[in-house]
Amino acid sequence: MRNAFASAVVAKCNDDRCFFLTGDLGFMALEEVRSTFGERFVNMGVAEQNMIGVAAGLAREGMKVFAYSIAPFCYARPYEQIRNDICLNKLPVCLVGNGGGYAYGHMGPTHHALEDCAAMLALGVQVLIPAFDEDVPALLQAVAQPTYLRLGYDERPKGSTAPEYAPWRLILEGNNGVMAALGPLAGLAWGALSDLSIEARPAVWAVTELPLGKLPEKFLMSIDEQKPLFVIEEHVAAGGLGMQLSYALATQGRSGGRFVHRYALGYPSGRFGSQAFHRRQCGLDVVGVRDMVLAESKR
Amino acid sequence: MNSLDPIIAKARRRLLDLHYVARSGHIGGNFSCIDALVTLYHAVMRPEDRFVLSKGHSAGALYVTLWSMGRLSDDQLATFCKDDTVLPGHPSGTAIDGVLFSTGSLGHGPSLAAGLSLAARNDKSTRHIFCLCSDGEWQEGSCWEALIFSVHQRLNNLTILIDQNGWQGFGSTSEIVSFSDLSSRVTSFGANLISVDGHDPVAIMEGLSKRSSDRPNVVILNTMKGRGLHFEDRLESHYLPLSDEQYAAAKARIESEQRS
Repeated sequence: MRNAFASAVVAKCNDDRCFFLTGDLGFMALEEVRSTFGERFVNMGVAEQNMIGVAAGLAREGMKVFAYSIAPFCYARPYEQIRNDICLNKLPVCLVGNGGGYAYGHMGPTHHALEDCAAMLALGVQVLIPAFDEDVPALLQAVAQPTYLRLGYDERPKGSTAPEYAPWRLILEGNNGVMAALGPLAGLAWGALSDLSIEARPAVWAVTELPLGKLPEKFLMSIDEQKPLFVIEEHVAAGGLGMQLSYALATQGRSGGRFVHRYALGYPSGRFGSQAFHRRQCGLDVVGVRDMVLAESKR
Repeated sequence: MNSLDPIIAKARRRLLDLHYVARSGHIGGNFSCIDALVTLYHAVMRPEDRFVLSKGHSAGALYVTLWSMGRLSDDQLATFCKDDTVLPGHPSGTAIDGVLFSTGSLGHGPSLAAGLSLAARNDKSTRHIFCLCSDGEWQEGSCWEALIFSVHQRLNNLTILIDQNGWQGFGSTSEIVSFSDLSSRVTSFGANLISVDGHDPVAIMEGLSKRSSDRPNVVILNTMKGRGLHFEDRLESHYLPLSDEQYAAAKARIESEQRS
């Protein structure tokens, strides 16, 4: 998805009022952005607080600005600069966090981003979590306010075609309840459940923007009190999709059905590994998601 | 007598009244920088130039300076630190014209100003960017991040002023971090360093005119915290509002200084 992002930036954002700042990252990914943007591509060095402050200064003069780093170095290290410099001044800076969730796997916990969506939403930042490569160029057009773009991997089944972009998309039909999956986990669920019968699997929806906004009527209609409502996200429970969705349903006076939530548990075993390892520990891998659905269908 | 002297004296009186009526703190750091702010706005800055108040706790001095320029009214100043105001104790970047950022947490201004400088260069504009910091603020690592960046980018359209009054929140800078003078540290990072008497408008103007052609400029303003008040050059001026007697004494002193 990082390459899709770089291509989209080059194709759609290269004008003389657009800057691209990086916190010394982008090897084998951002070279074309660097050569295309010229002096408007600035390697800010290992200094994320300064990167965000400079981004705010540029944006205050009307520039469109991307500020890129590994996700936690983008949203957590300069958190106060995001709050004070960007958000209090309502500036349209796009923070780009590469490697949402456990995506940086073996690099260890300092490089994981498990609470980024909640942290950004608390500041009023629009959060974009593309599920598929094609989502990235569509989402870049939505950057007109403080924005956080969480990049992961496109995990759809090989050979499949993603539906046209929308914040909520039905990607797999099913009659056994409904599932809301955040960003790339939608692709994982698509692959994990597609060989189950339509009666055995839930309808799977990809959710790619937070806050949630208006929930699609078709999604609401598919919630059945006797059937499960699954939410899966590579993010901690606090402030994530599950809490936001249940809050949205509660404030609309709607039932959430049998609410089943799978989310990032942190490091429950005290052991570390790949993204796949951490997902397995949280039941967010292909087997875990499939078993969760099958277990619920037997209830 | 310099033509700025009566403007500065008037601003000092207004600043005194502002803080006395509002019973707000931070008066010491406001009185250490008001002379430089008035000088900067009246004698140095052009309409297209930009200013960032990194030491947001000196919002009162900035508001009074804007008032002295006719950009804020008496009625607006009367709302300082009151409910439903556009003039809070640390400034908002969305409330009044000319204040670009919400500042108050220290260490943000130099990066913001560097961003403005980079934008000016990109626009091929001759506008100059000024940023006022406190001295204690340079204990924030982000200030040095910004300075490293600004030197590397050769942002010669940037001038950072540092109000070196020697006091911070709970002691003197020398006893807390041995920052008795920031000059050598700033110089070692490659900036163009100028050091002036921060209460002398002529010296300030001269210092601000010595700009480098290829480096950012840092002007150290050697100042006295709470200058002209009963607790000048004392920590108490960082926090305490004025009693009636202290206010009257300060007012008399400002007026006697103006007469002399």
